[in-house]
Amino acid sequence: MALVEIRDVYKSFQRDTQKIDVFTDLSLDIASGSFTALMGPSGSGKSTLLNLIAGLDKPTRGTVRVGGADVGAMSAGQLAAWRARNIGFVFQSFNLLPVLTAYQNVELPLLLTNLSKKDRAERVRLALDVVGLSDRADHYPRQLSGGQEQRTAIARAIVADPTLMLLDEPTGQLDAKSSQEVLTLLQRLNNEFNKTIVIVTHDAHAADRAKSVLHLEKGDLIEKAAVA
Amino acid sequence: MKYLPLVLANLGRHKRRTILTIASVALALFLFASLRTVVTTLDAGSRFGGARRLVALNATGLVFPLPLAYANRIKAMPGVHSVSWANWFGGRYGDGKRFFANFAVDPVSYLAMYPEIVIPPDQKQAFLQDRTGALIGKRLLSEFGWKLGQNVTLQGTIFPGDWTFTVRAIYTPTDPAIGDDVLIFHHEYFDERIGRAGIAGWYIVEIDDPSHSPAIAKEIDDAFRNSSSPTKTGTEREFQASFATMWGNVSLLMGTIGLAVVFAILLVTANAMMMSARERTGEVAVLKTIGFSDRLLFGLVMLEAGVLALTGAFLGLGGAKLLYKATNFNAAGFLPGFNVTAATLVLGAAVAVVLMLASGLVPALRAARLPIVQALRHVE
Ligand SMILES: Nc1ncnc2c1ncn2[C@@H]1O[C@H](COP(=O)(O)OP(=O)(O)OP(=O)(O)O)[C@@H](O)[C@H]1O
Ligand SMILES: [Mg+2]
Repeated sequence: MALVEIRDVYKSFQRDTQKIDVFTDLSLDIASGSFTALMGPSGSGKSTLLNLIAGLDKPTRGTVRVGGADVGAMSAGQLAAWRARNIGFVFQSFNLLPVLTAYQNVELPLLLTNLSKKDRAERVRLALDVVGLSDRADHYPRQLSGGQEQRTAIARAIVADPTLMLLDEPTGQLDAKSSQEVLTLLQRLNNEFNKTIVIVTHDAHAADRAKSVLHLEKGDLIEKAAVA
Repeated sequence: MKYLPLVLANLGRHKRRTILTIASVALALFLFASLRTVVTTLDAGSRFGGARRLVALNATGLVFPLPLAYANRIKAMPGVHSVSWANWFGGRYGDGKRFFANFAVDPVSYLAMYPEIVIPPDQKQAFLQDRTGALIGKRLLSEFGWKLGQNVTLQGTIFPGDWTFTVRAIYTPTDPAIGDDVLIFHHEYFDERIGRAGIAGWYIVEIDDPSHSPAIAKEIDDAFRNSSSPTKTGTEREFQASFATMWGNVSLLMGTIGLAVVFAILLVTANAMMMSARERTGEVAVLKTIGFSDRLLFGLVMLEAGVLALTGAFLGLGGAKLLYKATNFNAAGFLPGFNVTAATLVLGAAVAVVLMLASGLVPALRAARLPIVQALRHVE
């Protein structure tokens, strides 16, 4: 059974009087342990797809299952708790709360658990260690470079040990070198820690690092041959 | 409370705004406590008075005197235990900046009727024996640094001239409504210096049985109804209350001002909370993505409003309590026993809680209801 099962999903948005159909009939599986790059032109529905998988949005029709759970059928409260345990989400920017240190930002998902302060500290240290930012724990976001900010966001996405990581253009605003660092990190998380990763990107070089690439064109899926 | 650092960090985002908001809440509650204490102090004053004491005034008004000859006629009435009399003097001391009450009384009968005025026996004796002696509240004594045996000169305002008294005794009131900054002297000396006019400002009548007070009051008033100076008699409590009704409108005014102030501060706090909430739309969306529930986010915003309101309340109410206590404030004797009561503090805290609920509710609901997807689209 695939980790993510999308079946016959229809999704539309209502903007004023206009109805926008993003997906008319989308079905898709994402296997556990995979590293998938999601590509496609602007407006093709990449972000919408990630939001549906993370339960941030609901399909108009059809089902989205993640790890056997019907994401579309859960209540808002159930979804929040489910997301805290199962999903690590990273955006293109504005991931971090500016008033909190890197450490405090990474700790946020753990506040929702029953872990003691000591256990939380241990996990945060470990996550910062994995992304190579142990020495920046007490820095505020404005004291970090763009690449370091994104790595902090990735540390926060993995700190609660979720099964699935979803990243929406995480390297979109980074220079080439920082992008490479982030992508190398993601590959490591996939290989060493067996995280299932879906990354939205416009960058073909970034897509090359993934094990498989999906292309979205106007809401339709064009699967490219798996790389690596 | 593991979320407290998050709440405090949010409050620290705009330090100046947070400090100003807390300061305005503190000021509002300080004013609230002050105004309410004026009202409670007046109220306590109007409840003062022994049930066995009646007061007889000139029916035309407090400023008109009564003949001293009434004393014996009242004393002869059945049910009357004793009679005393007093005259407002209204003297000024020094530059007159420190106002205090001063009046002439018939000392023996007066002190016998007011056990609330406590005097060391030897001093009481010294006061009774000196016609130009004065009995002084302990606060007045310490404020002016007077000593026993010292001469104190008042300038008469209603009764002109320099009036010199010798400090003979110091009293401590057991009832705060009496006030501890009054100067009392001999009516005999007063009467002599104003040329034996034979007047009393008011009579105090002690009766045997409090339940007879309406009947005795009526009997006194009936006795003088057809004279040139008819009386108006009532219990001491009614007498105090008639002062207080003068204050009644003041109380209402104070209450209205207090409410207006609190309401104004509510707008300030609510505005600060709204500003913060709007700025943080994106952050709230991020927190929701992480898995913070709507309920939790609601709680966090409320907690933030609560920290603002309660810190302000603590400073404002605590400040009022301590300041008035430390300075022994009594509005120059107008408000004896001025003390911020526990009830006022509790009421102030309740106001703070309402403030918190009212100012936090809208931003908290907004945070809880924020649709993640829309919010994220605005951020990116
Ligand atoms: N909340 C919304 N309300 C209205 N329309 C929306 C909403 N979210 C997405 N859309 C529309 O749905 C379509 C797909 O949007 P989506 O953000 O998923 O595209 P995308 O592939 O992520 O684009 P980009 O590469 O620019 O990020 C677009 O036409 C967009 O305007
Ligand atoms: Mg997008």
